[in-house]
Amino acid sequence: MDLRLFRIRPAEAYPIVLERRRIFVLPTRSGLLFAFTLFAMLLASINYTLSLGYALTFLLAGVGVTSTFHAYRNLLGIEVNGGHGTPAHVSDMVGFEFSLNDKARRDRFAIGVINSEETVVTDLPASSTLHVRLTCRAIRRGPLDAGRIVIETRFPLGLVRAWSVFTPDHTVIVYPAIEREAPNPPRGGEDHDGESSASDGSDDFAGLRGHRNTDSPRQMAWKAIARADTLISKSFTASAGQQLDLRWFDLPDTLDTEARLSRLTRWVVDAAAQAREYTLTLPDQSIGPGHDATHRDRCLTALALFGMSAHS
Amino acid sequence: MNAAPADTRAFWWMLLTAAMSTLPHLPYIASWLGGGTVIILAWQAWRIHRRIDAPRWYITTPLAIGAGVAVVITYQTLLGKQAGIALLVVLLSLKLLESRSPRDLRVCIFLAMFLQLGLFLDTESALTAAIAVLSALSAIATLISLSGLRSPQRTLKLAGTMVLQSVPFMLLLFFLFPRIPGPLWGLPEDAFAARTGLSDSMSPGSISELIQSGAVAFRVKFDESPPPRHQLYWRGPVLTNFDGRRWTPVKTGDATAPEYAVAGTPYRYTMTLEAHDKPWLLALDYPGPGVQNARYATDYRLLDSKRIQQRTRYTAESYPESRVGLNESQSTLVVALTLPPERNPRTVELARTLRASHESPEATLNAALSWMRTAGLNYTLRPPTLGLNTADEFLFDTKRGFCEHFASSFVILMRAAGIPARVVTGYQGGELNAYDGHLVVRQSDAHAWSEVWLEGRGWLRVDPTAQSHPARLDDGLAAALGANDAIPLFIRPDMQWLRDLRQRWDFVNNAWNQWVLGYDQARQQDFLSRLGLEKGNWPQLAGVLLGMSALIMLTLLWWAHRTQRESDPLLRQWARFEHKLRRAGVPRLIHEGPDDYARRAGAALVAHRDAIGSIATQYSRLRYGRGTPERHEIQQLKSMIDRLKF
Repeated sequence: MDLRLFRIRPAEAYPIVLERRRIFVLPTRSGLLFAFTLFAMLLASINYTLSLGYALTFLLAGVGVTSTFHAYRNLLGIEVNGGHGTPAHVSDMVGFEFSLNDKARRDRFAIGVINSEETVVTDLPASSTLHVRLTCRAIRRGPLDAGRIVIETRFPLGLVRAWSVFTPDHTVIVYPAIEREAPNPPRGGEDHDGESSASDGSDDFAGLRGHRNTDSPRQMAWKAIARADTLISKSFTASAGQQLDLRWFDLPDTLDTEARLSRLTRWVVDAAAQAREYTLTLPDQSIGPGHDATHRDRCLTALALFGMSAHS
Repeated sequence: MNAAPADTRAFWWMLLTAAMSTLPHLPYIASWLGGGTVIILAWQAWRIHRRIDAPRWYITTPLAIGAGVAVVITYQTLLGKQAGIALLVVLLSLKLLESRSPRDLRVCIFLAMFLQLGLFLDTESALTAAIAVLSALSAIATLISLSGLRSPQRTLKLAGTMVLQSVPFMLLLFFLFPRIPGPLWGLPEDAFAARTGLSDSMSPGSISELIQSGAVAFRVKFDESPPPRHQLYWRGPVLTNFDGRRWTPVKTGDATAPEYAVAGTPYRYTMTLEAHDKPWLLALDYPGPGVQNARYATDYRLLDSKRIQQRTRYTAESYPESRVGLNESQSTLVVALTLPPERNPRTVELARTLRASHESPEATLNAALSWMRTAGLNYTLRPPTLGLNTADEFLFDTKRGFCEHFASSFVILMRAAGIPARVVTGYQGGELNAYDGHLVVRQSDAHAWSEVWLEGRGWLRVDPTAQSHPARLDDGLAAALGANDAIPLFIRPDMQWLRDLRQRWDFVNNAWNQWVLGYDQARQQDFLSRLGLEKGNWPQLAGVLLGMSALIMLTLLWWAHRTQRESDPLLRQWARFEHKLRRAGVPRLIHEGPDDYARRAGAALVAHRDAIGSIATQYSRLRYGRGTPERHEIQQLKSMIDRLKF
């Protein structure tokens, strides 16, 4: 039904305002049962010539019609915006966040936000903004669209459903899956020949130094900051001397593309967690060196989009 | 969403709805069922209160089967009005008991709505209407609370709003929706049980029973002034056969027009006859031709083709001065002379004496009347029980009787004297309502009189009760009754205030009856033609119906689009400003404050940069500056925004 009523359009940019031409109203199953009840009541009124029966039947029919407008009004003028997407890895749950904003200064009740997998029902108080998070499982790496979103309500009587469909221009990057039992990354420096040199000590604490804007929160030396009243970071031996070089071509040939991406993802995540400086080298690009969150995201995005020319 | 159990509040609302829809039925349904309903409602209340799960199927199923069997045993059927209502009550109670999900509750609500309608089968009073509206309101509130509104006040308020908003629909459909005369299918036997009214036979006591009832028999609206009271004889069954105790009618022919020639002053009036489940249409003696769909019986009754099972309205024209029965058939006259043998010897003897001492039947008739006047007969609502010779005992022994005794004894006397005579039952008089000019005739105005046939003069009405007790005719029943008689409260003459109150109530009731209950096909056509709609022009009617519906829908649409007015006057101005800029293509971004927004908007709309900037500055100053903004400052901001035109 939705498809016929609503021609597929390209994804829309936010904000999306639910205005009158995009709200549809149709009776629900309860509504049909209600109509059937009214019909039976009308027949009884005719048969027994019950004037008050007619009046009651028509009053309730009027309530049914009125509820259509209440349902419609419950959605009318809601503004939808996208919220912060939480990046995720393949087979994680990806969260799409939407903000619903009432611009018409009225309370709205039982608004359902629905994607293909999940329904979230919420009330939206007058003049307020509310965040709703819909999740869906990421099955492929790369950009994931929010897809068709339905905002619906059966309020107030449950007899009719008012809804609006839209496809927002709202994408979350799904990073490749993190390989579970990956070998340690190769040491940086001159020794590039693979995974053999499994050595630890990457997070050997080396001392304190002044804070740099690019430092991740993990590197902050909170205790020292509390004493010194200025920002101080921990420095690690690894980040100082042993720079990681995570290279596509160093991986064994037995691995296919996705497995390679998976392993590189693992290494990037680990390195970022340890705040080590690393460089990611893919066949078509090299990122780094760097060690902060921005760098990590760039690397992960590159891994996610690897091989997708349109986005590279 | 439906699988989740419903909210506790919704259960409470549902309980209220169920109580309001079933409890008013209690006086009309079997007592075991009423008791069972109360117990189940209480059980449900306890269950909700203690948050106990709904009983399982092995409890509810036997209950349902048991109740169904009990209904069949009690009512002998599952069809019909009474059994149908009983079954619905059972269904609602048990469904309520086993309800868990919103879906279960919705089914309950729809059952309750039907039960609210069912109440009208028993009574269509204004009180029932009020009960129905309240329980409909409760049903709507239940639906709302199922949809997720928690606050009871807001639920009720919303339900009230919705009911008010649907009143225009109700009125529109009520008055314009084509009224189809029922029934659509055969009505069950019990549909019109227990209607009071005249019966088609008369035995001692039948009318005095009727007169204890203050129920309205019919209402009459005369086009001009009503005829004098002594002409207000409303003709009902004409009883000619007499078996010594019971008077019954003979079979008569009928035609589409009266067989007599009308004469004298016509009185035109509109009757609103209450349902009495008998075919006769009451009319003032003697109705002229032209009553719609009516048959004219040869004994001058007016008949409908079917039994009057709903309040019926018709207009008629009566000519009290007409002469009827000038050429009465011999067979009718023979029956009107027949008496059961060996009954009432003293009355027969009296008749022979009267007949012998008078030349003409006319003189005999007058002599008989004056004999009755002087016989010392008393008029009473509680006559003693009579034996086999009713006329003898009344005329010579007990001398206490009601109109039926007077009439039947007089007819027996006439027949014994060789004058054809018969008993006519109907109503006499009525009360003129001071508020709407309707003549209200009640069951208490039921009356019996007699008709005698004289050669050359036809059938003449003779009312022996009135002859003996003229007050009965002029001042109504109460005046004619002896001091010892307990007068029914509603006709007591000394209670003027009561009468006044009753008249007012009757006025309201009549309006209610005419416009709400009695709004049938005829009334609708009358109403439509007064609105200028052609009778029977269905496309036109459909057009009007659709057009008006569309109008109501548009009003609702306008209402839906109406937004709440911002209560902060400053914010209201800012909203206008934002609205103007949005129309000009520069909507405010969600994170932009006044200054940032004005800067961006000014850059986009260069021609208005200064105006936009100063409005934003002014707004910021008023909003975030010291103190509350003065009225003139807001006014100033407003005019600045007014001047902003793109």
